[in-house]
Amino acid sequence: MEKKIKIIIDDQEILAQEGQTVLEAALDNNIDIPHLCHHPDLSIKANCRLCGVEIKGEKHILMSCVTKIKEGMEIKTRSEKIEQARKINLELLFGQHQLKCATCLWGTHCNLLKMGRDYKVEITKFKNRKLDRKIYQYWPIIFDGTKCIDCRNCVEACPVDYLEIRGKGPEIEIIPSQDKNKDCIYCGQCIVHCPVGAIEAESQFKLPKEEGKVLVVQFAPSVRAAIGEEFGFSPGEDMTERMVAGLRKVGFDRVFDTSVGADLTTVIEAEELIERLKENKNLPMFTSCCPAWVKFIEFYYPEFIPNLTSARSPHIMLGGVIKKYIAEKEKIDIKNIVVVSVMPCTAKKFEAERSELFHHSIKPVDYVVTTRELVSLFKKNKIDLKTIIPESADHPFGDYTGAAIIYGSSGGVMESALRTASAILHDGKVARCDFEEVRGLVGIKRARVDIGGQELKVAVANEIKNAKIILEEIKKDQQAYDYVEFMACPGGCVGGGGQPVPVSEEIRKKRAAGLYDLDKGCDLRLSHKNPVVVEIQKNFSGNELKHLVHTYYSQKKKTKISTQG
Amino acid sequence: MLLDIISKIKEAGLIGCGGAGFPTWQKWETVKNATAEKKFVVANGSEGEIDIWKDGYILENYPVDLVDGIKLAMKEVGAIRGYLYLRHDYFKKFKKNVEKVIGDAAIEIFEESGGYIGGEETALINSLEGKRCEPRMKPPKTSEKGLFGYPTLINNIETLYWVAKIFQGDYQKNRFYSIGGQVKNPGVYQFSTSASIKEILEKTNNYPNFPFFLQVGGGSSGEILTEQEINQFAGGAGGIKVLYLEKEKLINLARQWSSFFLKESCGQCLPCREGVYRLKEILFENDLNQEKIVELFFALKQTSFCGFGRSVPIPFETLINKIWKKK
Repeated sequence: MEKKIKIIIDDQEILAQEGQTVLEAALDNNIDIPHLCHHPDLSIKANCRLCGVEIKGEKHILMSCVTKIKEGMEIKTRSEKIEQARKINLELLFGQHQLKCATCLWGTHCNLLKMGRDYKVEITKFKNRKLDRKIYQYWPIIFDGTKCIDCRNCVEACPVDYLEIRGKGPEIEIIPSQDKNKDCIYCGQCIVHCPVGAIEAESQFKLPKEEGKVLVVQFAPSVRAAIGEEFGFSPGEDMTERMVAGLRKVGFDRVFDTSVGADLTTVIEAEELIERLKENKNLPMFTSCCPAWVKFIEFYYPEFIPNLTSARSPHIMLGGVIKKYIAEKEKIDIKNIVVVSVMPCTAKKFEAERSELFHHSIKPVDYVVTTRELVSLFKKNKIDLKTIIPESADHPFGDYTGAAIIYGSSGGVMESALRTASAILHDGKVARCDFEEVRGLVGIKRARVDIGGQELKVAVANEIKNAKIILEEIKKDQQAYDYVEFMACPGGCVGGGGQPVPVSEEIRKKRAAGLYDLDKGCDLRLSHKNPVVVEIQKNFSGNELKHLVHTYYSQKKKTKISTQG
Repeated sequence: MLLDIISKIKEAGLIGCGGAGFPTWQKWETVKNATAEKKFVVANGSEGEIDIWKDGYILENYPVDLVDGIKLAMKEVGAIRGYLYLRHDYFKKFKKNVEKVIGDAAIEIFEESGGYIGGEETALINSLEGKRCEPRMKPPKTSEKGLFGYPTLINNIETLYWVAKIFQGDYQKNRFYSIGGQVKNPGVYQFSTSASIKEILEKTNNYPNFPFFLQVGGGSSGEILTEQEINQFAGGAGGIKVLYLEKEKLINLARQWSSFFLKESCGQCLPCREGVYRLKEILFENDLNQEKIVELFFALKQTSFCGFGRSVPIPFETLINKIWKKK
């Protein structure tokens, strides 16, 4: 057990974990110390200088984010000296941050504005010096240099070192890399780790809908476990039916659940896995439902493109199926069906634009909106998930299995595919339903699993840094694994770049736990048992289905960077 | 019994000549006692203070003693490699000659990348590692975890020169002083570490025959002294700069400092990056907002990441309190 030591914060005696910093100990004990550049996911940089405290025996203010606690330490988080220093530093900070609050992702819970109020800051004390800074767009990500406060969180959060620090002193600017060997993979981790909303993904979808169109919406598994945070719910609380009601209220004609698409993806992917194992071809097979991961392979490791499963990602599969189904059943011109996907992800915006997914120039998905965008849409339309009366999603694409819902967490796609693959290999009899060994949010999970008498070597990696480790292992030994799940974001989609802020390991864990609870509560926990999936496979011809469920990949060139300002 | 070099340095009372004045033997002992696969020695020739040229003077006149000092340090602490870390102009000017002196010793001459802040020990390490030239968080000290994570002894060029002299038995507790400003005989002079400013100015025939004040330690971050304070020692990096009490335009002096600090701030932390930017902005405005300046000094002193930001207010505050207010 870790040793606890006694410290005193603001005259209050506290038992804290040895080895913690003053800030960590304070936050653990519900004592707030203002801070901005500190993020529990990132290393300590101590550059915003706002979290200063006074420690008995020390002449100067010390930064709580970097000061380790010691037995008997007496700490003051508030004093005239500290408040004065914070006020001045905040005033300096406002002098380099253009207030674009109306469009900011931090909205009403902006930490900066809160501190401004708490310390009675004169926001315009210094003339803003960054008004003519550039705004960079490398589709779909927009980096607004007029808001950047040089904290460098984005630089560290970026898994591919795409964001670079240029210049010195007040000339410092964070810019997208001009290096032709570096490109953004659109994962959006920079966005959710920026404390001041300087980065966001482009928003393209607008309501009301165009005359004569049928507006369809679908939402990803992990969205339901996170969106509630913006309406006073805890991370992980299931918002499925509240969200459905809200989506109907804002004007969507049909509300479907991407989980049904996930069930379909699982079946296609499991079949492909068995096929590849039989033929011993293109192994290990890699999952491909994370579009940031796919972009990463296509740009940085194109030699692994054949390893990616050809199964389309859930919302793309379902988007295609929805359009075809509605067009045929309701005799509507397919061009008049608009599909919007609510995703925990910014890279899905890029995925929806991949032309190899179009069928006769019809896109399976027309717009991708992030969880954050949906929150804005709800709030603009005065929809409060707390008070709304829950409703069920529309048939037929509303009924999912437990195997689909776990797609939102690292390990979920793997587990879902293993359940179905093992059932197929057991002639439809379920061998196993729970694969605990691939669950949890650690960066890399390796396991040997028995499916239908066949032992598979599997791995699950979340975050690109961990994906690189696995790829290097495979480079050395092609037989190292048979099947690998990769997700670009920490914890998988629960930690996605399109999810609400703030985010932390603790929040991601709660969101993931919520999804596994839903799985446990489902009557059906096997994707291939989903009647809708069975129906789709029965009703569409082989050729039709092929167009709807499979795709291909190709080496990608660097995204163009456009500049404004 | 013959004393080992560390004991000799300790007995000689040598302190670092780069400005901070840390006892040299302590640094040597820490690095020597560290258990590590590799160790390094760096001779710091960043010399970024305005009007200080003593490291350049040593490079020009005593390269053999300097290289001896580096070799002694490497041998004593067990370093596999030494670096002579030089500011851009020194690198250009002295590289060839010093290379000849180094011969086949494992000492590499390195051109600094970051200006003034490149002299700060942790920024120096970053610069040597090819990273952005910015200070790192301390702890760990560079003597424990320095270059590429290995214990690294970093000494100022002058310090290592005196180490060689101590080894030769030729150390009389002297140091180098850079004398500049409104004097007849500017230059680098050698005097006792206990010599007063007055004595140095008199003996170099530089004692002003007009009302004056001084900036001592370094021409940027050094403190201001009045004519009444000249019986003190010249500490820091050993700079003595004479200024006209009557003719000197104080606002211009302050503006020069602010321009210098702004150019040299690495920009890593908020109070220094933004505070120095605003300080310069205010100083170049016609209507001087004193209240804002006082606030900026407070934030710089209290919350800056490294010694650079914390020391920015020193020349301004001493100028204002000792000279400006009295005018």
